[in-house]
Amino acid sequence: MNSVTSVPSLEGRASDGGAGGYPAWLLGPGLAWTTLFFFLPLALVLVISFAARGTYGGVVWRFGLMNYLDLLHPLYFRIFGQSMLFAGLTTAVCLVLGFPLAYYMARTSPKWQGIWLLLVMIPFWTNFLVRTYAWMFILRAEGLLNTLLMQAGVVETPVEILYSNTAVIIGLVYGYLPFMVLPLFVAVERLDPRLIDAAWDLYASPWSVFRRVILPLTKPGVIAGCILVLIPTLGAFITPDLLGGARTMMIGNLIQHEYLVVRDWPLGSAISFVLMLVVVGAMAAFFRAERRLRQNEVRP
Amino acid sequence: MIRRRAWLRRASVGSLVFLYLPVAVLIAFSFNASRLSASWQGFTLKWYGVLVGDRALLGATWNSLFIALVSTAIATGLGLGVALGIERLPLRRQQVVEGAILLPLVIPEVMMGVALMLLFVMVKWPLGLWTIILGHATFNIPVVVVIIRARLRKLDQRLEEAAYDLGATVWQALQRVTLPLLRPAILGAALMAFTISFDDFIVTFFTAGPGSTTLPLKVYSMIKSGVSPEINALSAILVLLSMGLIALALGMQREAATRN
Repeated sequence: MNSVTSVPSLEGRASDGGAGGYPAWLLGPGLAWTTLFFFLPLALVLVISFAARGTYGGVVWRFGLMNYLDLLHPLYFRIFGQSMLFAGLTTAVCLVLGFPLAYYMARTSPKWQGIWLLLVMIPFWTNFLVRTYAWMFILRAEGLLNTLLMQAGVVETPVEILYSNTAVIIGLVYGYLPFMVLPLFVAVERLDPRLIDAAWDLYASPWSVFRRVILPLTKPGVIAGCILVLIPTLGAFITPDLLGGARTMMIGNLIQHEYLVVRDWPLGSAISFVLMLVVVGAMAAFFRAERRLRQNEVRP
Repeated sequence: MIRRRAWLRRASVGSLVFLYLPVAVLIAFSFNASRLSASWQGFTLKWYGVLVGDRALLGATWNSLFIALVSTAIATGLGLGVALGIERLPLRRQQVVEGAILLPLVIPEVMMGVALMLLFVMVKWPLGLWTIILGHATFNIPVVVVIIRARLRKLDQRLEEAAYDLGATVWQALQRVTLPLLRPAILGAALMAFTISFDDFIVTFFTAGPGSTTLPLKVYSMIKSGVSPEINALSAILVLLSMGLIALALGMQREAATRN
């Protein structure tokens, strides 16, 4: 490739180096679009988060930290805490459910592997509203679960599960389980099965095989899966909105509430920005952990 | 060891049932004759009939199709450009640009929605079909870039080199060698983008205006007013539609993978 790219005489070819064959300016329009409709709006959110609210909504260009100070109110702490708790719980449940599934998939025959992978990925592309609605249909007082439970004589009166925190966790786990399984699958597939056999040969108990061989060697997958579940659940909107009760509110709902109901754009912007900081912080922690893992690999 | 396998298998099948049962049940009950009860009262197609007669639903479907079509065209064109051009950058800058392009994938969608809404309101651009299209194109660019780049990396560089050795210009090489080789990946990426746009709720919710109700927005407002068999029927249609599109997209990608 280099021998070709370094020939400047070919008409229409840029003469600088690089791996590919096409002029770099081709990425210009796409980058410009992303700047205009992604980075510029984000910058706007940041600026407005320091501005003041107009009497009837809108923005007054008087800058200060007041919106961030407002966020110190216990009410907002509760919502942020609840969101992180829900996201953490969801991630933990997804990990517990996802690990056996990923492990099984990675160790099954190649023919079945393709089918399992497809089956795990299909829910990705099923409309999220529909998947959440399915749980409303099942969990509500007159829903399928209660109908079955009452017909079986397990309960006398319907159990109220819909519109509760439990329903939100169920919905979130349901929504994001595939995000956990796929990176775990990749990690388990890379794991050399002989290492596990060796552990068995050395009379390790099932638990110590898992804890001392499987888990350390699949850690990058565990971290990636956790981050892929944690980040979208932190900003979840549809699930708590549809399945949560009157007192359930996550950051995503709070942002929507401040923007569209209260019409306090500056405060909504400040909340959005804090959410973004949390997400970026989680990502940074992820990349740092991954880098540390890679360094440990190099050191024998 | 063998006992462990059986345990794993059962747990895995259980997880799969958890993933599929709710939607399967939902679809099954779209054929249930009873409006209120969740017990089976006989087979009917009447809920589908109700949907067909709903004019507002038809309008929302057209809006969704129009938005998905236009935003996919924009995202595919721009994403293809990014995928082709980014390879040329020095490695360091390539990583920075890639990070910038892929960032919309990791930012919470709610945040993207409100940010776009703020932008449109600030520049006094009336919210409607076009603001939705701009938003959808924005989050679909990284999707297209990821899919096309994955394919681009696997392409045999020598084919391109051969074109240059035979005196082709950049454009001739692109038109006659690279684009035909990329075609399945481009189509696959476009189908994926189309599906994501067609299904999107959150960004649409914040950037929609009067008269630009899409199918997911309509579904949302129906769900908000309570569970009904019509929503079950509509859900069944949406699920089948997405499945069809995705089967097509995967088929394209498989064709791409086997071709080389």
